[in-house]
Amino acid sequence: MSKKVLMKGNEAMCLAAIMAGCKAYFGYPITPQNEIPEYMSQHMEESGGVFIQAESEIAAINMVYGAAAGGVRAMTSSSSPGIALKQEGISYLVGSDLPCVIVSVSRGGPGLGGILPSQADYFQSTRGGGNGDYYIPVYAPSSVQESVDLTIKSFEIADKYRTPVMVLVDGLLGQMMEPVEIKDYKPTLIEKPWATNGDSGRRKRNIVNSLSLNAEGLEETNLRRFEKYKEILKTEEMVENHVKDGDEMAIVAYGTPSRIVLNAIDILAEQGIKAGLIRPVTLWPFPYSTFANLPSSVKNILVCELSMGQMIEDVRQGVQGKHPIHFYGRTGGVIFSPEEIAKKAAEVAKGGA
Amino acid sequence: MSKVVYEKSRGLTDVPMFYCPGCTHGIIHKLVAETLVELDVLEKTIAIAPVGCSVLAYEYFNCDCIQASHGRAPAVASGLKRTNPDKIVFTYQGDGDLAAIGTSEIVHSAHRGDNVTVIFVNNAIYGMTGGQMAPTTLTDMKTSTSPFGRGTASSGIPIKVSEMLSQLPSVAYIERVSTHDVAHVRAAKKAIKKAFTYQMEGRGFTMVELLSSCNIGYGVSPVESLSFIKDAMIPYYPLGIYKDVS
Ligand SMILES: Cc1ncc(C[n+]2csc(CCOP(=O)(O)OP(=O)(O)O)c2C)c(N)n1
Repeated sequence: MSKKVLMKGNEAMCLAAIMAGCKAYFGYPITPQNEIPEYMSQHMEESGGVFIQAESEIAAINMVYGAAAGGVRAMTSSSSPGIALKQEGISYLVGSDLPCVIVSVSRGGPGLGGILPSQADYFQSTRGGGNGDYYIPVYAPSSVQESVDLTIKSFEIADKYRTPVMVLVDGLLGQMMEPVEIKDYKPTLIEKPWATNGDSGRRKRNIVNSLSLNAEGLEETNLRRFEKYKEILKTEEMVENHVKDGDEMAIVAYGTPSRIVLNAIDILAEQGIKAGLIRPVTLWPFPYSTFANLPSSVKNILVCELSMGQMIEDVRQGVQGKHPIHFYGRTGGVIFSPEEIAKKAAEVAKGGA
Repeated sequence: MSKVVYEKSRGLTDVPMFYCPGCTHGIIHKLVAETLVELDVLEKTIAIAPVGCSVLAYEYFNCDCIQASHGRAPAVASGLKRTNPDKIVFTYQGDGDLAAIGTSEIVHSAHRGDNVTVIFVNNAIYGMTGGQMAPTTLTDMKTSTSPFGRGTASSGIPIKVSEMLSQLPSVAYIERVSTHDVAHVRAAKKAIKKAFTYQMEGRGFTMVELLSSCNIGYGVSPVESLSFIKDAMIPYYPLGIYKDVS
């Protein structure tokens, strides 16, 4: 059984989290993600979970740390300046191998920036701002439907690898309404024998900790975590690659801007320019191999981002100098139009840009 | 026939503690551990220790333990206790941790009336990082970052945490006790027991502030550091119950 409903992206991700067995949500208001704490305040209790409006993003991520340590599926959400504040907590969650989901609905920056949609937090999400050697899986949906599917998946991946997972959407996706199909879903909750849930009467006592004063010990822990990352890199990469043999251009975009690019590609087709979209769905792991194996017809690559160009660094790494790379971006909350992108792409095709 | 007159509490693990000789953290660990055993809740307790000299508390308390980031233990406790309401949760925090970097988290845990217990160890100094000034450092007291003595003009007048938090309506119990002699250590244990009993009864936020010493940080002998509690700290930080809902 499934049902079709019309929902805002922010609310749909909440519904998905509850379906996935999320039993704890902690957050602090910030535009453009306020629908998330609002929805959760209304629905967590009826689904047997807890909701706290924290005093800050720092407190919220630490509440997640506590709930996750106790073994329940936990989530927080925020937007750019708030995600910045969560970075210390994310580093501790990684250091203690705790699973959780962080929804990031990004807006323009730096500083207080603006409240309109932006993709200027690609570095913040994929490179982190927390201390230490670490990565976290980052999913970047491009529709409300995909937000639902990837939020559910994030909880599974978080538990499977004992890692924080981020769902990164721009403010556009958080705010827009689309029909979504809600399928029947029953979460499979795995055993967490490591949880500090106050059950030491029935087992050895558990410790959740990221401290290691012994250098070799800490190195060993980090090496073990990177073994886990190897497995994630091998199995969890997701990408949508529409580039066909004969296409002269690959246009790269993630999230909602990838849909604007699809419209631009239609305009280009009318002008006789064949281009195909590459849409990374996981930003970490980044689909580097897709860029190493492009058809030989591809002469140029155009990267489009709602930022000054951040993902382009990963594209460059994937392309390894085999094709020229160009960039088109708008920043600060300005959204590019299909026409703008088509114009830029046509210039590139002519060898002008 | 010989009989056992004293035994190390099974609330503590059997490993040597790394605290400096003369430090009162060990005594406070023992009081908390004995209390958890006497109340028969050790097996359902989770201890949360953030950064400070007691960062290694997870090695010592013989129960589930979480190490938290500097100052954030009360938020970790909120998240844990709300999702495990039948368990006993306590934080163990120093005065740098609780009264400087973690003021927001402690105030709001108390403000929400979280049903947890806070063991607040006030030694008037940052012990772990080598004896720097804390918000609780006494006026004119010399530390490594107040080499001429704490000046109130630049650093303010020392913060009185128990007095401050007891103003919050959701707080169930706050008492300030001392660890400088046997009689006071006994009284401290009573306060700790009361705090945990209140938590078991679901009364809400409870905190025991323990005046303690850091002879290494003060640069004096252990005996002198205990006298410092009695002669300098207690007159400024009066002992007693600041809030009790019973
Ligand atoms: C974010 C962050 N800032 C600073 C530190 C360094 N640091 C470790 S312990 C500590 C002070 C602890 O003092 P207190 O809470 O009074 O406990 P004590 O060591 O005296 O028992 C500081 C500043 C840290 N670990 N993390």
